[in-house]
Amino acid sequence: MPKVRTKDILDRFKLELISGEEGINRPITMTDISRPGLELAGFFDYYPAERVQLLGKTELTFIQKLDPETRADRLERLCTDITPVIIVTRDMPVPDELIEASEREAVPVLRAKLKTTRFSSRLTNFLETKLAPTTAVHGVLIDIYGVGVLITGKSGVGKSETALELVKRGHRLVADDCVEIRQEDDDTLVGNSPELIEHLLEIRGLGIINVMTLFGAGAVRSFKKISLVINLELWDQTKQYDRLGLDEETMRIIDTSIPKLTVPVRPGRNLAVIIEVAAMNFRLKRMGVNAAEQFASRLSDVIEDGDHEDR
Amino acid sequence: MVEKQFKVIAETGIHARPATLLVQTASKFESEIQLEYKGKKVNLKSIMGVMSLGIGQGADITISAEGADEENALQSLAETMQKEGLTE
Repeated sequence: MPKVRTKDILDRFKLELISGEEGINRPITMTDISRPGLELAGFFDYYPAERVQLLGKTELTFIQKLDPETRADRLERLCTDITPVIIVTRDMPVPDELIEASEREAVPVLRAKLKTTRFSSRLTNFLETKLAPTTAVHGVLIDIYGVGVLITGKSGVGKSETALELVKRGHRLVADDCVEIRQEDDDTLVGNSPELIEHLLEIRGLGIINVMTLFGAGAVRSFKKISLVINLELWDQTKQYDRLGLDEETMRIIDTSIPKLTVPVRPGRNLAVIIEVAAMNFRLKRMGVNAAEQFASRLSDVIEDGDHEDR
Repeated sequence: MVEKQFKVIAETGIHARPATLLVQTASKFESEIQLEYKGKKVNLKSIMGVMSLGIGQGADITISAEGADEENALQSLAETMQKEGLTE
């Protein structure tokens, strides 16, 4: 199923549909935008027909200078069966030849009020977001002091219960149980909830609760950049857990590595507090204060001094 | 890993109650069990995950299991769905 269709652009940017309504459901598969200036000059060897085509003031003024026959021919060649859309910017008048050709080939022609460069960058942003690689992860995403924390772990380990406690402490729930993640700009992961279960939390013994109506609009947010993964697992006697915090483990989601902590679960451990502190500590580290490293260097200073005294 | 395709025939699709039954069945097993619909994969042991898909009548779904008891898990899920009238 295509992620973006021409219709989405029409609705999102409130454009004016000029012609070629038949092709309004054409899929848009790439984020690149083409300004077919050279094509209008007659060079069609590398015409990227599958891209969104943008006609600005330059292109439109240029074709007005062509003789009518050439103009009709080149505009016709712009409209192929894979061209998703041709957009005229700056509210410029659309050449009649283009309207005719687009109706014939069912290529939608839209008109925008914005200037070409402005519109082009907004359109790129929109397409980048929509066409970004996505995945779904089993876990809970919550915004803790502005840090997007993804809590993962096996079913029944207590992710949702921990999320509830965190919400009670004033943090914001993004998604429970199923987090849709998309990768933006190569190294940014943004998570959101599937529409159907937005604001909902499932607590064993209570059932489904609505966090937004229970705790208010301040307790939820619709999307959040993921900065930290906390994996909850049942305490394993044989496993060694991080005691110092000097090494940073990572988890790979799509093509991005995210710092990951593994927190063992045992009765009597208050997970919400631990996760809250993990988020604060994460912020502190990013600000350049690393308690573990500071301690390590203090320790090596003392050891070095001790060596001198002995001599 | 084992996987199997199913076609949902129930009029209401996989609604809240049948989803709960499926999740309960899946949770009895050790294996990692996933449900795929329209290119989206979710953990079949998670109620919210299954319900987030909004699976309707006529939907093609794929269930895959991986682990020590994968065969039993898939078998048991198939039986549950048939018994509930979700699939043929």
